Amino acid sequence: MALRRQIRVGSQWMYADEAHKALREALRVMEDEKLADAHGGHHLPWIRRYVFSTDHKWIGIQYGVTALLFLLLGFCLMILMRLQLGWPGQAFSIMKVLGESRAPGGVLLPEAYNQLGAMHGTIMIFLGIVPLAVGAFGNYLVPLQIGAPDMAFPKLNMASYWCYFPGGLLMLASFTAPGGTAQSGWTSYPPLSVIASQGQTWWLVGMVFLITSSLLGSVNFIVTIIQLRAKGLSYMRFPFFVHAQFVTSFLLLLAFPPLEAAAVLQLMDRVAGTSFFLPSGLVVSGQALANAGGGNPLLWQHLFWFLAHPEVYVLILPAMGIVAEIIANNTRKPLWGYKSMVFATIFLGFMSFVVWAHHMFLTGMGTTISAFFQTTTMIISIPSVIILSSLFISLWGGAIRFNTPMMFALAFLPMFGIGGLTGLPLGLAATDIHLHDTYYVIGHFHYVVAPGTIFAMFAGIYYWFPKATGRKLNEFWGKVHFWISFVCINGIFFPMFAQGLAGVSRRLYDGGMQYAHAKQIASQTNPFMSICAIGLLAAQVPFIFNFFYNAIAAAAGRRDEGLGSNPWHATTLEWAATTSPPLAHGNFEVLPVVYRGPYEYSVPGETAEFIPQHTPVTEPALRGGGLLPATAVAMREN
Amino acid sequence: MTDPAAAVEPGVDIHEHAGIGDPNAHHHSPEQIRREMKVYLAVFAGLAVLTALTVGACYGLNLPVHQAIIVALIIASVKGFLVAGFFMHLLSEKKVIYGILILTVIFFIFLMALPISHHANPFGS
Amino acid sequence: MDAHAHASVGHAELEIPYNVHPRPDTGLYNGKLGVWLFLASEVMLFGALFSSLILLRTGAESWPRGYEFLNVKLATFNTFILILSSVTVVMAWSHLRLGNLKKGRIYISATVLCALIFLTAKGFEYSHEFQEGRFPKTNNFLAIYFTMTGLHGLHILGGVIVFLYFLGPGAKMWAKEPERYTNRIEIAGLYWHFVDLVWIFLFPILYLM
Repeated sequence: MALRRQIRVGSQWMYADEAHKALREALRVMEDEKLADAHGGHHLPWIRRYVFSTDHKWIGIQYGVTALLFLLLGFCLMILMRLQLGWPGQAFSIMKVLGESRAPGGVLLPEAYNQLGAMHGTIMIFLGIVPLAVGAFGNYLVPLQIGAPDMAFPKLNMASYWCYFPGGLLMLASFTAPGGTAQSGWTSYPPLSVIASQGQTWWLVGMVFLITSSLLGSVNFIVTIIQLRAKGLSYMRFPFFVHAQFVTSFLLLLAFPPLEAAAVLQLMDRVAGTSFFLPSGLVVSGQALANAGGGNPLLWQHLFWFLAHPEVYVLILPAMGIVAEIIANNTRKPLWGYKSMVFATIFLGFMSFVVWAHHMFLTGMGTTISAFFQTTTMIISIPSVIILSSLFISLWGGAIRFNTPMMFALAFLPMFGIGGLTGLPLGLAATDIHLHDTYYVIGHFHYVVAPGTIFAMFAGIYYWFPKATGRKLNEFWGKVHFWISFVCINGIFFPMFAQGLAGVSRRLYDGGMQYAHAKQIASQTNPFMSICAIGLLAAQVPFIFNFFYNAIAAAAGRRDEGLGSNPWHATTLEWAATTSPPLAHGNFEVLPVVYRGPYEYSVPGETAEFIPQHTPVTEPALRGGGLLPATAVAMREN
Repeated sequence: MTDPAAAVEPGVDIHEHAGIGDPNAHHHSPEQIRREMKVYLAVFAGLAVLTALTVGACYGLNLPVHQAIIVALIIASVKGFLVAGFFMHLLSEKKVIYGILILTVIFFIFLMALPISHHANPFGS
Repeated sequence: MDAHAHASVGHAELEIPYNVHPRPDTGLYNGKLGVWLFLASEVMLFGALFSSLILLRTGAESWPRGYEFLNVKLATFNTFILILSSVTVVMAWSHLRLGNLKKGRIYISATVLCALIFLTAKGFEYSHEFQEGRFPKTNNFLAIYFTMTGLHGLHILGGVIVFLYFLGPGAKMWAKEPERYTNRIEIAGLYWHFVDLVWIFLFPILYLM
C-alpha cells in the first residue's frame, strides 16, 4: 500500500490531499464572502461588472457568446443560399423572412442572393471567427497562460469589445437600408461597390468600427505578452497557443490599416463623389457616370488583399494554437517539433505580407509580377506544412484520449490538409487561370475555415469550458455534434472541387444552372450539398443545447464538484488557477513562477504523469497535479 | 529552505523590481533633463531652417517635378529623422521598439512596392 | 500572503505590473510599448494613402503641381506652427519630469493653442478651395489632398481632445501618481510627434510637387 503524502502546514503535519481540500474550501468561502460583501468597496455595480467589464475573462465570454451568435446568423444566411442553390427558383416559406422585396412569394431574387453572399462572408469572417478566435479565446486564455493578473490595458480591452459590438449591430442594421445591404461580395470590388445602394456605405462604416476594435485588441495582446509574462516564462516556454496569438496580433496590427485607408477612400468615392477607384469613361446602364474619372479599380484590390491575405492567417493561427494545446494534452506527450513550429509561425506571419496578389492573377498583371507572387505563395506553404506535420507526428506514440475536444482537434488535421493542398493549384498562376472565381476556390477556403478553424473553435470550447464555468459539456452529445458535423461538412464542401474543375463560377445565384457546361454537375451535386447543409444545421442543435444548458447551470452556481480545477490534467498555467472560473480579481491567488516548458507530460525519470509549468524543479514532482507547489513551499516555510 | 526565485535565471530578478523599477534606466538627473531641453531647441531651429529650405527650393526656385520630388523627400527625411530621433527619443530607445519599427519599415516598403509593381509590369510586357 | 500577492485579490482596480515603472528586461513601461505599436499601425495607415497617391499619380495622364491650386504660404506657416507644437509638448514633458506641474501645464496649453491655430488655418484653406469651386470630386489630386489632410486633421483633433483631458479632469492624477501622469504626457507626446512627422512628409508631397 502506498504511503499517503504528508506536508507541514505551520506547526502541523497534514495529509497533502486533506490540506488541498481545506485550501480549496477556504478559498471558495473567501471568494463567496468577497462577492457577498456589500461594504467591501470592490463590489461593482451590475453595469460595470457585466456590461462594461474590464476583466479579460468576462470580456472573453462577451466576445465568445456574441461571436457564436453571429456565426449562427451567418450560418442561417448560408442555409437560405443553399436552398436557392439546391433548388433554384423554388419558393420556400422560410425565404419570406427576408421580406417581400427580397423574396416575393418565397422565391429568392438574384439581388437578394448577392446580399446573402456578401453578408455571409463578412459576418462569418469579421463578426464570427476573428472575434471568437482572438477576442474570445485570446482574451480569456492569454493572460492566464502567461501567468498575468489581466491584460496590460483592461479599459482598452473593454473599449475593444464595445467597438466590435456596435460595429456588428451596424452590419446587421444594414439589412434594413433602402436597396438592401452590401451586395458586392465581402471583397467589395469597385466599380460595382461604388455604384451599389446605400447598404454598402453602412458596410464600410461598420468595417471601420471592426478594424478599430481589432487594432485596440492587438496592441493589448502584444504588450501583455511581452510585458506581463510571469517570472521564468521565457519566450520558448510559451504554450504554442500564445505564440500563435502573438503573431496573429502583429498581423492584425500592421495589415488592417491599409484596409481602413481603402475603406475611407471607397467612402469618399460613394459619399463625396471622388474617383479613387472609378476609371474614366465609365458607363452604367447606358448612362455615363458624371465623375472626374482617372481612378483605378485595381488600387482597391491591392489595398484590400494586402489586408485580406494576412487576414486568412489570422483565421488559422489561433486555431492551430488551440489544436496544438489539445493534442499535447490528450496524447500525454510534448509537441513534436515545438521549436520548428514556433519559427514556422513567425516566418508564416512575415511571408503573409508578400503574397497578396495571388488573389489578383487574372487582373492583367505582367508575368514578372505574377511569377514573383507565385513564388512567395509557394514558399509560404512550407511553414504551414511544417506546423501541420509537427502536429501529425505529435500523435505518434501518444496515449491518445478520444474525448470530444480531441476528436475535433484530430479532425482538424486532415481537413486543414485538404484545404491547404487545394490551395496549391490556386497559388500557381497557370492553373489559377482555370480555377479562379470558381467553386474550387470556395471549396478550398471553406475547408481551411469550416472543418478547419471552426472545428478547432469547437475543440477549444469543449476543452476550456470547464475552466471558464466549472462544468464539463456533456460528452455524449459532444460526440453526436462531432460526428454529424464531420460527415455533413465534408458532404457540403468536397463536391465543390469537382464543380470548380468543371467550370462552375462562384457567386451565381442559381448555382450554375443557366450555363450549359455547368448544368449537369450543378444539378447532380447542389441538392446533395444543400441537404448536407441542413444536416449540418441540425448537428449544431445538440451543441447549442449543451452549451447553454451548462452555461446557465454554471451561472446559477451549480458547479461540478468532482471536477477540480484541472480536469484534463494539463500542464499550462491557465489550469494553475485553483478555482474554475479563475478569481475575478487577478486570476491567481499567487502569481505563478514558471520553471519548466509547457508540455511536461510523461517525462522520463519522473514519477508524476504530468508536471505543471509552475512546479519548482528542486521539488519532487507531485503525483497527478493537485496542490500548487509554490503554495506548498510557502506553507512549508511558515 | 528553498527559494523559488533562486531556481530561475540568477541575476534577473523581475518580480523583485515590480512596482519599484530600475532607477537608473528611467530617471534622469535634473541636469540631464535641462541639457536635453537645450537639444530640443537646437532641433527646433534645425527643423525651421530645413522647412524654409524645402519651400525655397521647390516653390521659390520652381524646380522641375522630378528634381523637386528628390530634394523635398531628402529634406523631409532629414526632418523626420530629427523629430523621431530627438523629440521621440528614438536614438536612445530600447531594442523591442527598434524591432517593431524595423518590422514596420519592411512592411511599409512592401506597401510602397505596390504601386511600383502595378505600373512597372503591365499585362503583355 | 507573500510579496507576489500585490496583484491578486482585494483591489477594486487591479494593479497591473509595469504600468509606471519599466520592466527590467525590456526597459519599457506598458504604455510606451503600447503607443509605439499604435504608431506602427498608423505608419501603415498613412503609408497606404501615400501608396495610393503614388499609384494614382503615376497612372494619371496629367497631374497638377500642388501650388497651382493650394496656398503654399499658409501651409508653410502651418508647418512651422506644428513643429513649434512638437517642441512645446516635449518641453512640457521635461518640466513634468523636473516636478514642475505649472510649467508643464503652460507648455501643454501652448501645444493645444498651436494645434487650434493649425486647424483654423486649415479651415481657411478648405473654405477658400470650396469658394473657388474646388471640391474632392473635382479631380483626383484634390480628392487625395482633401482625404489625406482631412484624416491628418482628424488626428490633430484627436490629439487636442487628449491634451485637453490631461489639462482638465486628467490632471487630478498628478496629485496621487505624478510619475504615471508624466508617463501619460510622454505617450501623448509621442503620438503628437508622429502627427507632426506625417505632416512633414505630407506638406512637400501635396504642396510642392
